[in-house]
Amino acid sequence: MSGIEFVRVTKRYGGAGAPLVIRGVDFTVPRGTLTTILGPSGCGKTTLLRMVAGLDSPSSGRILIDGRDVTDQGPAERNVCMVFQSYALFPHLSVIGNVGYGLSVSGVSRDTTAQRARAALAAVGLEGYEARMPGELSGGQQQRVAVARALVLEPSVMLFDEPLSNLDARLRRSMRQEIRDLQQRLGLTVAYVTHDQSEALAVSDQVIVMNTGVIAQTGTPRELYERPGSVFVAGFMGEAMLFDGVAQDDGTVTVGPLQLRASQPVGAGRVKVAVRPEAWSIAREGAGLPGRVTGCAYLGSHVEMNLQTALGAVFVVSPDVDQNWRIGDDAVLLLAQRGVSIVVA
Amino acid sequence: MTVGLSHRFTRTLAVWLALGAGAFCLLPWYFPQELSLLQALAGAFDGPDTASGLVQAVRHGRSWLWVAAIALTIGATALRAPASRRQGGVLVAGALIGLLGVLGAAFAIGARGWTWSWAQTLFGELAVGQAGIGIGGAVVLVALLIQLAAGAARLGAFRGDLFIAGAVVLSAALLALFVALPVGRALTGAFVDDSGQPSVAALFERLGSERLWGLACLGGGARCGVAWNTLFLGLLTAIGTTALGALIALLAERGPRRLARPLNGLALLPIITPPFVVGLGLILLFGRAGLVNQALEWAFGITPSRWFYGLFGLWLAQLFAFTPIAFMILRGVVQGISPAMEEAAQTLRASRTRTFMTVTLPLMKPGLANAFLIGFIESMADFGNPIILGGQFSVLSTDIFFAIVGAQYDQGRAAALALVLTLFALVAFFLQQRVIGRAGYATVSGKGDAGLPMPLPDPVRRLCLGLALPWIAFTLVVYGFAFAGGFVRTWGRDYTPTLAHFTTAFDVQWGEFGLVWAGTAWNSLFTTVKLSAIAAPLCAALGLLIAWLLARTRFAGQRGFEFGALLSFAIPGTVLGVSYILAFNVPPFELTGTALIIVLCFVFRNLPVGVRAGTASLQQIDKSLDEASMMLRAGTATTLRRVVLPLLKPALVAALVYSFVRSMTTVSAVVFLVTAQTELATTYIIGRVGNGDYGVALAYCTALIVLMSLATLLIQGLVGERSLGRRVALR
Repeated sequence: MSGIEFVRVTKRYGGAGAPLVIRGVDFTVPRGTLTTILGPSGCGKTTLLRMVAGLDSPSSGRILIDGRDVTDQGPAERNVCMVFQSYALFPHLSVIGNVGYGLSVSGVSRDTTAQRARAALAAVGLEGYEARMPGELSGGQQQRVAVARALVLEPSVMLFDEPLSNLDARLRRSMRQEIRDLQQRLGLTVAYVTHDQSEALAVSDQVIVMNTGVIAQTGTPRELYERPGSVFVAGFMGEAMLFDGVAQDDGTVTVGPLQLRASQPVGAGRVKVAVRPEAWSIAREGAGLPGRVTGCAYLGSHVEMNLQTALGAVFVVSPDVDQNWRIGDDAVLLLAQRGVSIVVA
Repeated sequence: MTVGLSHRFTRTLAVWLALGAGAFCLLPWYFPQELSLLQALAGAFDGPDTASGLVQAVRHGRSWLWVAAIALTIGATALRAPASRRQGGVLVAGALIGLLGVLGAAFAIGARGWTWSWAQTLFGELAVGQAGIGIGGAVVLVALLIQLAAGAARLGAFRGDLFIAGAVVLSAALLALFVALPVGRALTGAFVDDSGQPSVAALFERLGSERLWGLACLGGGARCGVAWNTLFLGLLTAIGTTALGALIALLAERGPRRLARPLNGLALLPIITPPFVVGLGLILLFGRAGLVNQALEWAFGITPSRWFYGLFGLWLAQLFAFTPIAFMILRGVVQGISPAMEEAAQTLRASRTRTFMTVTLPLMKPGLANAFLIGFIESMADFGNPIILGGQFSVLSTDIFFAIVGAQYDQGRAAALALVLTLFALVAFFLQQRVIGRAGYATVSGKGDAGLPMPLPDPVRRLCLGLALPWIAFTLVVYGFAFAGGFVRTWGRDYTPTLAHFTTAFDVQWGEFGLVWAGTAWNSLFTTVKLSAIAAPLCAALGLLIAWLLARTRFAGQRGFEFGALLSFAIPGTVLGVSYILAFNVPPFELTGTALIIVLCFVFRNLPVGVRAGTASLQQIDKSLDEASMMLRAGTATTLRRVVLPLLKPALVAALVYSFVRSMTTVSAVVFLVTAQTELATTYIIGRVGNGDYGVALAYCTALIVLMSLATLLIQGLVGERSLGRRVALR
């Protein structure tokens, strides 16, 4: 059974003449899984999330939650909770007041409210912080309060709107793991909006890549990274360089002097080949694509290099940090099978 | 688990319908002019004056009141139906029948039967007439409006939210009834000739008069038309206040540090000052018995005259009164100029003076235009200064007053003058709105501005100090004189210190039956405080509600609603006062002479203050807080009560203080509405000034200033600060 289902949803802000922000979207989020909605800013991902929440209503199409049509219902009726990008903690209420707010306005008794709010705070590791005001917490703690505040209502769907964008890099990594753990422990259905592809890869069961109001591709993180269906997805899911290639009838693809086998079936003709920078292997000599080093940066765990080749400029990430490359050195590039995908031109 | 929204909806609507039905059966339908509310309530089942709607319809032959009962019954039937568009349709239809029926009958049937003669010929003579709508009728009308809102919400308007629907419909109805209807009635009065027939010719005759548009003064004649006077004065005042305000603002923000505090204090003065203080202080200085004239007589033998009364004196008084307003606007503008821009200009090798001329000043331009237009609007709407300093120089606001109150009693003329004044005000107002709307030079961004504001270039600094400091000293002198005037016997003749004026006004004696408030001013003071205290919370609540509706909700027709709310801001006080007296002295809304009409006038006159305070602070509160509350299953009303209102506390305080204080000091609007029973502080002072009794007037003003400072502190203490913990903005 699906937790969230969108059926041909469109959205425009303003009158009938206004342009569509969401141009017909269908997807399902299976129950108990975490789906990330990924895309560049302005692609409509937050609008999509707000329509799940009921903060915006679609211009056409239906939205189902747990199989029930909620298109015409307000946010309070949907059994959905949301963690806002700004956290939106009520600054005039204490931590426990914030977490208990949803229960209190639903008419739950004072004692039960306090008890359940405490339990929710414990679940996010914030015992002892009940009396603090939100302004007295660090960013990560505020984030946890926001999560606890949503959790306490035991919603059937939890929504996260770029929940980590206000945290520093180290905290971001640990918080995303906490959210993922919590989701798996409680079996929550979660829709999660982000523009950070590594975050999406790390936490998701399913990733929906949005572009200009439509879904570019849906799939598991591995599918999207290794078999991007379009130039856009290839470029957005990590770095990739595009090269012109020609596909033969037998399924081999020629890129300049290089030959490779397509991992997915392609028709004969001109194609684009997306190559991840770590798919190249680089050697001093041998067969392959010859080139000359034009830039080289040592980054501790790996080396980033720019080379000038017959295919143009090529960006390479090599794990071999012991090789002492210099600008002007001659080199030969080879392609591995992983990290190369044929996309429609 | 939670109470279903649909259930809440039905329950709320049911409560309102029950209230309406109860009011129809139990509360006096009409407004009995001679009786108090309690007396009237006791007679709800008796005579034709005080009976409830039900009893009126059954026993006193006012069968047209049945329509209210029918409408409420339709609403109650629809309540049983399942939530659907159909239910919405029935609710709306029932409510419209009721509203149109009740209001239609209210307008059509006056105290002596049909209002319009054609209705009489059509339907025959009525046995009984009716008085103005009272408490019963009012509650029924409110219940019907809620029914209308509920129906509209069910039909899909207002996103199905009953609270928003009700709030919009009720506040729109209030604005329509207490702003649009009276002003509309008053202004159309200009189209009615003396015999009561509609006539465009009458309008042109009134509008085209020499007294209004004459230009004789240009050719050396005695005086110009009133309209030109008003415009000319407004222009001079606007130029003066903008220039002075800008200089003082630059000085306060960019000048020597130690000046900032006293300058900010100066800005607060006009808020707690009754409108005559400056005028009276100037009279004590420059009037016929003033110090300057006496000194001239003593030194050069020049006979004292009334030279100060007229354009010059009036202009000076308005400069004093309105410069602080310009200062406050422009201080905000100067604060908003990012130092980074000036630093950028300086690193591009512009000198300080050049930076000031090419960066700072251009960035201030929209603010200057705004301050100019506000000064113009304030000057045109001003009534207190022209009435005591105008002399032979008359302006529209005072001319309207004399047309109604004076010997002429010419409603048509008053209406025509009001029309001209309103048009001027509206034009200025819309220009100002455009300036604000296009002021795209906001240089405050989310990113931190690290830079230091540039100190003023020397020539500018010298100009500021040279003009602003003497001006401030002059202000202090004027206030000092106004203060001193209350403590001497007769200004200009006998400077013996005395408390006699305070005794006259505020004497308290221990009489036979305990405390006796023997002073002549007590009565007016008590009335003023009481009515202002009633009006302030109403005004603040309505103002903040409208601000919230405009800032946080989206509904069809919002632009129209916003336009209506804004429009009411532009109506000059004098026009509003005249409108009230013209519109509310006949049924169906017969309120003239009551204290209620004064309270209403306070509320709607000061509404913009509440709306502005609310709008400004709502802009600073992250909208996602509202949304978070909605997501946590709070209804709109709950969100408003538990999240928005606590965060709006500063705005609430501001709105309460301002509307209380402005009610205490307003003159222009209420001068038409007071009666012997409801005399107010300001009208009392006008009376004293008219008698040349400056001592008592000034003593009263001093007492008012003290009182209002105390009230301001008290309200701040009562409502308290919002508690936000350490970091304020959570964005």
